[in-house]
Amino acid sequence: MRLKFMRDKGRKIAITTVKEIGKPSTDPTQRVDQFLEYFAIAPVDLDPSGIIWRLEHLLDVRDIRFKDDVRLMAPQANETQTNNLENMLEAALALNIIYKVMRHFYILGKKTFSLYIIMQLQMVLPLIIREAEAYASALKAFTEGQPIGDGAGALVAAKLMRGHKKTQIAKDVVMAKMPIEGRTAFVIKAEGPGANVGKPGEAMKRLIEENNGKVALTIVIDAGLKLEGEKPGEVAEGVGVAIGGPGVEKYKVEEGSLKHKVPINSIIIKEDVGDAVSPMRKEIFDAADNAIQRIKRLILERSKKGDKVIIAGIGNTIGIGQ
Amino acid sequence: MDDPFTPRKRISPILLAILLVTLLLSVFALFLGFDAYFAGDAESGSTYMILGATTLALSSYVLYQTRKRILKSALKTQPINTTVLCEKCGLKNVRDFQRGDYIFKEVDPCPKCNKKMLIASIYREVKEKGKGEIQLG
Repeated sequence: MRLKFMRDKGRKIAITTVKEIGKPSTDPTQRVDQFLEYFAIAPVDLDPSGIIWRLEHLLDVRDIRFKDDVRLMAPQANETQTNNLENMLEAALALNIIYKVMRHFYILGKKTFSLYIIMQLQMVLPLIIREAEAYASALKAFTEGQPIGDGAGALVAAKLMRGHKKTQIAKDVVMAKMPIEGRTAFVIKAEGPGANVGKPGEAMKRLIEENNGKVALTIVIDAGLKLEGEKPGEVAEGVGVAIGGPGVEKYKVEEGSLKHKVPINSIIIKEDVGDAVSPMRKEIFDAADNAIQRIKRLILERSKKGDKVIIAGIGNTIGIGQ
Repeated sequence: MDDPFTPRKRISPILLAILLVTLLLSVFALFLGFDAYFAGDAESGSTYMILGATTLALSSYVLYQTRKRILKSALKTQPINTTVLCEKCGLKNVRDFQRGDYIFKEVDPCPKCNKKMLIASIYREVKEKGKGEIQLG
């Protein structure tokens, strides 16, 4: 009942917001309903060779299709609002899928008189409800254009690049070149303040190539999932590429850095899955300054004066300018 | 701020009816127990009283639990604060979030020094979990 309630409310909010922001000439209800039924088929993995590029192509097609549909639904929306609406509809779509999958197994359990199916549903229900609540919260944040927890990395980059000249380096990604502790830093983030994650992997790979691999250090900052018992906003350091999602962007960075033997360091700001898609908590916002101190310390310890470093703030930049 | 994700449905009327009938029966059993006890039938009296007291306790507990679950399902959202800051004179103003706000957005001029103020932060403050409510995220 609660999942159905969330799904229905999500749909209603989506329709209302599209009408309010997009001011369409016709009723967008049918289009929104069609959007909520979208699916994407993963590429074949029997032959894994080249799967990353096939997956990237599918994701690009999906993204273009979603954006085009939102533009048709909300013709009066500007670029930022279009991005926010797209993300809002994706959250509503996720709520719809969760509800339908749970309903499927519930009806299947009843039809087949299988106590085991019902028991499994009962066991996973608290986790599913948590996830659905997170999406419900995300939907509200996207409707209003509020920064979300996932944007912690983007916030760090935005704080660093403020006041410096920005250029577009990859799709929906901006870069600022600036001096930090006597080094030349290339700071990148998704272009805000609309809901955007961009292609940070593409941007990092391009920067490494443009500098002929002469990059002393790469630092990736992202929101990371915390374990139960850990405090939100804790900052931790490690190695490897802290980029979430389907893995396409992460792969690009790994490939580029391997080719030129560029060390990759990561800084994560811890939060739980609910925080990641809910409006940003104060603890996470405050952690951005702590992360900047860590970046400066890493730069001093791991590079020499005059070196080039790449700093990438990853995450959805909704509600965060630059 | 009104939370659109708060289910407004109350306890199921059938469950409520069952609970009320059980409560009435338990009170009736207690009455019978006292009646029998004072009439000199101590054995029947104590049986009725034990039965009535147990049923009363159990049905009250079920009613309490059901009420608690309803309170728990009410998702309470936290207000979102926007901090507007003047970088020149340091004047700070904290207000509720408004649609269109974003971090580093330039807003109205500062009333003190007339320099454009900017949105320095947007966040929600999460209060400690209280009884009967769930924090979103």
